[in-house]
Amino acid sequence: MFEQGPSTTARALLAVILSIVLLGVDQRMNHLEGVRAALATVTSPLVYLASTPARIIDSVSETFSSRNQLEEQNRALKEENRKLRGRMLLFLAMEEENIRLRGQLGASLKLGDRVSLAEIASVDLDPYHQQVAINRGSMTGVFPGQAVVDANAVMGQVTHVSPFTATVLLITDSRHSLPVRVLRNGLRTIALGTGQIDRLELPYVLPNADIRVGDLLVTSGLGGHFPSDYPVAQVVAVSTSQSGLFGSIIAKPLANLDRAREVMLVWSMDAGMDPAQPEPEPDTAPVQAESPADTGES
Amino acid sequence: MAGVRARSVFTIAVTIAIALMLTIYPLPDWAQPYRPQWPLMVLAYWSMALPLRVGVFAGWVTGLLTDVITGALLGHHALGYALAIYVVLAVHRRLRLYPWWQQAAAVGGVLGLERLVSFLVIGATTGEAPTWQYWLSPLVGTLLWPWAFVILRDVRRKFRVR
Repeated sequence: MFEQGPSTTARALLAVILSIVLLGVDQRMNHLEGVRAALATVTSPLVYLASTPARIIDSVSETFSSRNQLEEQNRALKEENRKLRGRMLLFLAMEEENIRLRGQLGASLKLGDRVSLAEIASVDLDPYHQQVAINRGSMTGVFPGQAVVDANAVMGQVTHVSPFTATVLLITDSRHSLPVRVLRNGLRTIALGTGQIDRLELPYVLPNADIRVGDLLVTSGLGGHFPSDYPVAQVVAVSTSQSGLFGSIIAKPLANLDRAREVMLVWSMDAGMDPAQPEPEPDTAPVQAESPADTGES
Repeated sequence: MAGVRARSVFTIAVTIAIALMLTIYPLPDWAQPYRPQWPLMVLAYWSMALPLRVGVFAGWVTGLLTDVITGALLGHHALGYALAIYVVLAVHRRLRLYPWWQQAAAVGGVLGLERLVSFLVIGATTGEAPTWQYWLSPLVGTLLWPWAFVILRDVRRKFRVR
């Protein structure tokens, strides 16, 4: 095919240089999203095909699950629904009150978040990073940096987007850091991923800081990527015996990072957030929170 | 003839696509480190059999696709694949003449080379070193090579890829 043209060695050299340039640029994030998205239009059908057997097994086992199991599940879900509705009533009343009080203080309104469901594609990505693929992409308004949560807590953020799929970097990846706040006393710090699925580290806390085992960490919203006040992790170990300036604090993520199948993508409506983010299209059914929004100033 | 060329490129592309799917096909956690470098094995076969069709450039592009599909940094697999295919091209005549076990060992060396490059990239970009299980993958690839070779040779003959 290429009888003419540069020699094999020259081509190999060119490939090596190009690869190293790409690596250098890609590590500094975001400049190559266009290239990646273009290549991903080729690979996303492959992702879909590779996850098909797992999907078929799932739907088959659902079809053949017994009537008893279904009734049992139905009962449990109804009960949960009743409980959640009860709590939701309380929540709505409190939200109303909160917005009113914030209005009086002249503070910025927190308008609530829109969320949209996505499913984790059953494919294995690069095993040396903690990341998952989801079955929603830029066609449904997913954007890089978007927060991803499950029913319990924050899972991670979107890093790469193609039209129909996206890659989510989990909060436990060693490249990930997340601004958090201790719910009990508002102490702000940063939670770093460790590369282990059940472990976060809080290296920047002074040894005499008021933080205890069992403390709940929530997002502080300071980084700008994550909406504030979502649960993140629970502190499981505090050791101040370390020599050096900072203590060593370990927290356990509350999200089911290794077992979750369904995740939620969050479009934050916070006043301070980037206004240019794409909105989810109406037909992607944002499941929650048209909070009583238009109360005037923002 | 244009028809031969189109058919050949298409067949090669399909085998590479299948290899990419095998790269992300869900396996139980314990089996993860044993997953061989499928795309590189397929590339190695084609560049050995048809060095004028599949060369360094094809290896580089396949590496980029592997990077995208696995969510690695762009260039991570591309670098290793391009270098590995360069080595295969340099020795492809000898590889064809080797008895099967010797060929498997030589391909194993190529797979190991890609793994080493990838190891260096991981070290340079994250500052971490993978565990020893990281080196199981080229070993599994070496053991599977004779079968991969026979299957791909049959594909080449059946679809008369040239």
